[in-house]
Amino acid sequence: MAEIKYQTKPLDIWNEGKALRQQYYENYAKAHEKGGIRWAGGAWAYSAVPAGLGDDVWSLTGEPYGASVAFDKKFAARCHEAIEAKGFARDLCAYLRNYLGSIVLDEYVFGGKFPKPDFQWTTHICCSHAKWYQIASELEGGTPLFCIDVSTGLYQDFDERRREYVVNQLLDGINWLEKITGRDYDDEKLIQAVYNECEATSLWAEICAMNKTIPAPLDEKTMYSLYVFGTIMKHRPEAVAFYRKLRDEVQVRVDNKIAAVGNEQRRVITDTQPPWGFLEVFRYLESYGVVSVGSLYTFSLIGAWEVKDDGTWGPKTTPQEQGIDITTRRQALEILADWTHARPEWQHFYSAQKKSDMMLRIVREWQVDGVLLHYNRGCEGLSLNIAENRLAFKEAGVPVLPFEGNMGDEREFDLERTKKAVDSFLELLGVK
Amino acid sequence: MITAGIDFGAKNVKMVILDDGKIAGRGSTLTGFDLKIAVKDASEMALKAAKLKLDEIAHITETGIGQGSVEFAADSVSEVGANAKAGVKLLPSARTIIDVGAEEARAVKCDESGDMKDFVVNERCAAGAGAFVEAMSRALEVELEQMGPMSLKATEAVPMNAQCTVFAESEVVSLIHAQTPKPNIARAIHDAIAERVISMVRRLGITEDILLVGGLAYDVGFVDAMKRGLGVEVHVPEFPEYVSAYGAALIAQERAKE
Ligand code: SF4
Repeated sequence: MAEIKYQTKPLDIWNEGKALRQQYYENYAKAHEKGGIRWAGGAWAYSAVPAGLGDDVWSLTGEPYGASVAFDKKFAARCHEAIEAKGFARDLCAYLRNYLGSIVLDEYVFGGKFPKPDFQWTTHICCSHAKWYQIASELEGGTPLFCIDVSTGLYQDFDERRREYVVNQLLDGINWLEKITGRDYDDEKLIQAVYNECEATSLWAEICAMNKTIPAPLDEKTMYSLYVFGTIMKHRPEAVAFYRKLRDEVQVRVDNKIAAVGNEQRRVITDTQPPWGFLEVFRYLESYGVVSVGSLYTFSLIGAWEVKDDGTWGPKTTPQEQGIDITTRRQALEILADWTHARPEWQHFYSAQKKSDMMLRIVREWQVDGVLLHYNRGCEGLSLNIAENRLAFKEAGVPVLPFEGNMGDEREFDLERTKKAVDSFLELLGVK
Repeated sequence: MITAGIDFGAKNVKMVILDDGKIAGRGSTLTGFDLKIAVKDASEMALKAAKLKLDEIAHITETGIGQGSVEFAADSVSEVGANAKAGVKLLPSARTIIDVGAEEARAVKCDESGDMKDFVVNERCAAGAGAFVEAMSRALEVELEQMGPMSLKATEAVPMNAQCTVFAESEVVSLIHAQTPKPNIARAIHDAIAERVISMVRRLGITEDILLVGGLAYDVGFVDAMKRGLGVEVHVPEFPEYVSAYGAALIAQERAKE
């Protein structure tokens, strides 16, 4: 076991984050009691757009909800059984199965009946996304559904034509929202939500960039609980306020060398969602002083990044920092579309090479010694190309450990076998 | 100095005792359900062969699946780490050591000191390991020990698309019904396992010399399939199933000196 070299302490903001998350899921469930609106959709949906319907509009985003289900292994198993009994295959997205199973059981993982949304508002980027809410809608007895096709290719090709393709769908979507809710749409609220989303997602990147420091102020399993606000409410002022506070606290940790893991001696990154029910693997690594400082997934699932003048990755400059005054609906949607499609985590749907390049950049800039690649059977989207990424690491001489599993279905994860492979990896890293 | 390595395999527990680096005794027993009894039996066998008592051993290192189950072990090492160490000792030019045991296949790339440089382990499936041959020998109604020699008598390569033990078994049954000669089926089985193992090893990159260890290295049909599949020479040491335990004993020796 590695010796303690750095002081460490829990995050002061931890409980606040926990309460904020709980409150959010409760607000969604109880929205109708106060005359509010509920909608459901993917975590990558253009959530700032329904915000134009009012401040009392709450969303349930499917992937973080699916992850919450996965934490509760017994409930997850019941969800899988329920949806598989309806004929859905076991190799589909595990979040989708958790989510749909929860509808079939009519149980909300946070207690009570499953709170059906008033409408579904989502985007299509992987093949599960494309069917998820259609099926949810059918299971719920016909919830109105609006999908935005975002398969516009790499950001480098996101020209005006492609942006128009997205913006026109969003404009149609706003008309649709007005029609199905009977509410007037408020452009001012949309504009504020766009500012919020840009700031929250840029702040998250700023926080992740601080993990370039040795010792890392944050470990990845903690970051999993923190990026969640970018997946459930990235457009809301609460997310901005939380990330501002978190950024300030992490800065203090960096300045005072307060480590996430006091015995840090090697730094690794991972890829894709972890097997949520088995985060103890991270603790096992940490017992040998091996800390996971993040991943392309954790950094950029929601984080907005750009290449800075010195050639390194840093938080993307927000429209407000650029002095851009958003005044119209169209302008707001154009900025939002451009911001969204630049997201690094979307690029690898189109190019294995791009993903490898981004991961190798992280290895260099975050001073990483090795990589754990989760061959995640639960997510065809994010595990796309992962075997090619392994080859890229190998060519670059970066130690890499692939392990098989599933982010949300424990039947496909073998803890003991994984730990055994991790043992060999620890030896390879020279810490065991 | 006397050291020992104990390897907890899925099928057998093996122990190797070294006296100043030379093998003084070996012991092996079926793992069974009671791990403590298996450890006791294997160690008694090795101690008897070495004419030693347990408390005369300066350092014992364990490896294998049941790590933590050997009360008298001082520490542990992974199988790949142990294989790298032992492989280079047994064949100094070895740079890739492939270990195919009952339930698992693994490979390690190492340097001239026997230090691990990279490794791979097989996925969660027995179709690339010894348990597969056992299941198939039952389907063929052939003694396990006869599978290898029989395979070498094959006159024709029969393709087998087996992805897993369960499907492979039904494929073997179909081949039997199609009156395919048993030697040809035996070779098809060995080729199927070798193909899986080789595709795993290719992820590491094939660096010669190659040493094949683990229980399946006793099977001449499998060794032949590996040679044909890899297209290079495959070396097999004496007592291939003891290599991990031997490596653990070598590591015990290094650690005892530290
Ligand atoms: S990207 Fe993964 S988690 Fe998201 S919908 Fe697709 S398969 Fe599911």
